[in-house]
Amino acid sequence: MSTTDTDTAAGREAPPEGGATAEERELGAAESQLSTAPAEEINVPSLGPLGWARWFWRQLTSMRVALLLLLLLSLGTIPGSLIPQTSIDQLKVQDFQERHPTLTPIYEKLQLFHVYSSVWFSAIYLLLFISLIGCIVPRTWQFIGQLRGRPPAAPRRLTRLPAYTTWRSEAEPEQVLEAARKIMKRRRFRIHGSGDAVAAEKGYLREVGNLLFHIALIVLLVSFAAGQLWKTEGSSLITEGGGFSNSITQYDDIKTGQLFNSDDLPPFGFQLDRFTATYERSGPQMRTPRTFRADVSYWDGADGAPRKTSIKVNEPLEISGYKVFLLNHGYSPVVTIRDGKGNVVHQGPVVGLPIDGANLTESMVIKVPDYRDKNGKKDQIGFQGQFLPTWVRSQGMFSVFPALDNPTLVLTAYHGSLGVDGGPPQSVYQLDKSRMKQFMEPDGKTKFARALKVGDTMKLPGGGGTLSFDGVKEWASFQISHKPGDQGALIGAVAALVGLAGSLFIQRRRVWVRAVRGDDGTTVVEMAGLGRSEYAKLPEELADLAVRLQTDAPPAPEAEPDPEPGRDSPEEPGKDSTKDAGKGSAKDPSKGSAKDPSKDSSEESTKDSASESASDTADPADPAEGARA
Amino acid sequence: MNLAAEVNENLAHYSNVLIYSAMAVYTLAFLAHIAEWVFGSRSAVGRTAAAITADAAAAQRAKVTVQVGGQSGGTAVLERPKIVTRSAAGSRDVPDGPGAAGGTEQGDVYGRIAVGLTVLAFLFHAVGVLFRALSVQRAPWGNMYEFSTTFAMVAVATYLVLLALKKNVRWIGLPLVTTVLLDLGLAVSVLYTDSDQLVPALHSYWLWIHVSCAIVSGASLYIGAVSTLLYLFRDRYEAQLENPEGKQYGRFVKSVLERVPSAASLDKFAYRINATIFPLWTFTIIAGAIWAEAAWGRYWGWDPKEVWSFITWVAYACYLHARATAGWKGRKAAYLALIAFGCYLFNYYGVNIFITGKHSYAGV
Ligand code: HEM
Repeated sequence: MSTTDTDTAAGREAPPEGGATAEERELGAAESQLSTAPAEEINVPSLGPLGWARWFWRQLTSMRVALLLLLLLSLGTIPGSLIPQTSIDQLKVQDFQERHPTLTPIYEKLQLFHVYSSVWFSAIYLLLFISLIGCIVPRTWQFIGQLRGRPPAAPRRLTRLPAYTTWRSEAEPEQVLEAARKIMKRRRFRIHGSGDAVAAEKGYLREVGNLLFHIALIVLLVSFAAGQLWKTEGSSLITEGGGFSNSITQYDDIKTGQLFNSDDLPPFGFQLDRFTATYERSGPQMRTPRTFRADVSYWDGADGAPRKTSIKVNEPLEISGYKVFLLNHGYSPVVTIRDGKGNVVHQGPVVGLPIDGANLTESMVIKVPDYRDKNGKKDQIGFQGQFLPTWVRSQGMFSVFPALDNPTLVLTAYHGSLGVDGGPPQSVYQLDKSRMKQFMEPDGKTKFARALKVGDTMKLPGGGGTLSFDGVKEWASFQISHKPGDQGALIGAVAALVGLAGSLFIQRRRVWVRAVRGDDGTTVVEMAGLGRSEYAKLPEELADLAVRLQTDAPPAPEAEPDPEPGRDSPEEPGKDSTKDAGKGSAKDPSKGSAKDPSKDSSEESTKDSASESASDTADPADPAEGARA
Repeated sequence: MNLAAEVNENLAHYSNVLIYSAMAVYTLAFLAHIAEWVFGSRSAVGRTAAAITADAAAAQRAKVTVQVGGQSGGTAVLERPKIVTRSAAGSRDVPDGPGAAGGTEQGDVYGRIAVGLTVLAFLFHAVGVLFRALSVQRAPWGNMYEFSTTFAMVAVATYLVLLALKKNVRWIGLPLVTTVLLDLGLAVSVLYTDSDQLVPALHSYWLWIHVSCAIVSGASLYIGAVSTLLYLFRDRYEAQLENPEGKQYGRFVKSVLERVPSAASLDKFAYRINATIFPLWTFTIIAGAIWAEAAWGRYWGWDPKEVWSFITWVAYACYLHARATAGWKGRKAAYLALIAFGCYLFNYYGVNIFITGKHSYAGV
């Protein structure tokens, strides 16, 4: 196969009259708009305010500033991962603030306890997104312009391009160009012929992908913002047998976005029928929960029929756009309390506050504001103590396992004023003992306390009443939340992914083919390719195209230029090309006839390589080509 | 029931034995690689130096006639038209180094032995990971020990696949085996956790998707980072050759840098890995967000692990942007790529160990 040294090829060309600069200019056109990245511009304008504004806008939407903003964004996110954030864990923030009294005011000034809603962080991403929009809009127009336009014409000196090849052929120049056009059209290049050369370009989808990706980022941000503005997120703690219906009062706490309206809460509800938890019983991860399951009956709409389902940790229940997640669980001892007159003053489950996560020891407080002593005098009593799902006497007052292996309720009791009538609101989990007196054993010295098993009843000293421990129920806490932007975010994410794949895996590249009659009467075919510098396959692709083109423009034997002019062009280009484009296999006969002369010529010549290349391409299916495609 | 537990315990035990065996064989591979580099240094390579320094006057012409030969990618196959390539303006046309073996026969033999040993070690390693997975009957990435062993396995697999595809990556063997040994060493000593079940929050098929993508991303990005690092050294070396008056390198450094691929090849290789993995990393984050949505009721909550995944992602986006920005191409972009990989590493080791968040499955 003929290979021409670049120097020869260059020598064959007329020397460029303008010198290197003209050439460079020409190459610039060839390279222009291979992407729609904005041109860099750092010159400071000498214009008035309008000029400055325009300059500022250009800067903001330049790649350089986008890059800096991206860098800033990644730097800006770091403190939020190192400093406790109020949005994540309020208690940790308080703890941190207590331990760092000097840092705290500084951090507060810098809004470092809520980085992701701080002014400076918002400024970074808003600027980034303004820059993004300012970048996308002109790039989209530019790209549409490129789609309407044509691939740029061939530079004068194809040898200057990153990939180049050339050979001489006996086929007529027009014939070569026509064949080139056909081949590249079949490979879905966009083509533009001008003069002695064909320009082709492919991979526009790269730009589409890139624009899609950047637009998808905006969709993502908008969805995220919408989610923040219209969200509701609340929690509710429910004991087995208890229920929840969706209205503000039923939430233990609720956070809503700025634009949320509580009238928008759709009617639905559910009842916790049963909660099941199992734990690892042995091994190093003993106590680790294995299953959490809340069996519930739920209804949708004001009068929807109840249906049964279960909620697990990774499987929330979805009702009317809301999601109900299982957050936490614990135990509620069921107790019956009678006062000194024997009247039932309290009956039912009491929720404890877990004080050790792994074994579910709970601190218990029971307040009985309506109580009479054995003389019928009004008083108030309060119980305080712990609930231990598995109590082992020798292990102290802490549970040793989270399951109900040996449930024990340990309580002491106080009487006096609970402080619940008027005064500041109290936590249900805490007993204010400042105006209460602890019950004492009959000896008057030891404090009264009892450890109860299920079924046990304890009598308060001095006929003060009884408390019976009737059983244990589980409670579960649920997060009930609604975030409107989720769908948009998902769509944005998927679109970003698709766009990104297009942007990174599709390569935009240009190929030029020039065919001119050389000094010796043969046709000089030159091919050159240009892509982004990362496109490593460019030479390979150019070689493929060249191999393909050589079936129609076979290389002339190098030593003896074939003088026979009669061989030229027996094919009708127009007819041939339509056929080729139409059906892949039907091209066989026409191709064969078109190739025959070339085959002859190469057989006449003694060059092995030439004949091989002809026979190589006699099979239009060309397996090698298929493999490379 | 008990029988099954015993089988599982045995499997877990075999898994540990296999991991230790793999480490032993990796150590042998490490030594063989060292031998490859040592014997390779006996050859006088000098190709890079020749390409850059020789015939400075004809440099312009030389640039045009450098060809993409068979060895650096097989573009110009026999009987195909020869394609003349030129690098973009401003970059050097330098041939790739001959590899660690330096073109010497003896070095090459050791290099082949090293690759063979790496394959063997990889088999032990892979079966070890598999046994671990069987013993717990789930994917082997429930804690940092399992994550580390799987991570190293995937990094080696990536390397072997690239080798099998006849990519020019044998030079990465030594740094790879070295870090794999470090990683496994950390895993079996500091991070070791007995095999056990997952906490309920980790029961989700998104775990499979999310974590497997994270592992593949990390392992590949690691190879990209090694390539980037070498690019920086090699680039400086080539620059030094161009400028003989500048700082000179010692013989040892010279001998090493002489043999690795050219700066342009390393850079391109790193870019292609990073660019290929970036969408996968993006997907990893999306999958994680979907999982978080299902488990915790919000797809994004600025948990430290999420924050660092995001930082890593933005850092790689910076890198990709830098490559398309005038004035940031080349070394500056390479530094960004290294920082980005540093973020990945920190997200894995740093966040798991030093910062507590919802993702604290570290088990250490
Ligand atoms: C929200 C932040 C942004 C992210 C995460 C991001 C990410 C990316 C990624 C991953 C690529 C692919 C790189 C490649 O094709 O090699 C890219 C390309 C690009 N981005 Fe962004 N981008 C962001 C903002 C911007 C902004 C504000 C601009 C406007 C100046 C911009 C302009 C571009 C351009 C022009 C390209 C194509 C470069 C090329 O042709 O190679 N991007 N971006």
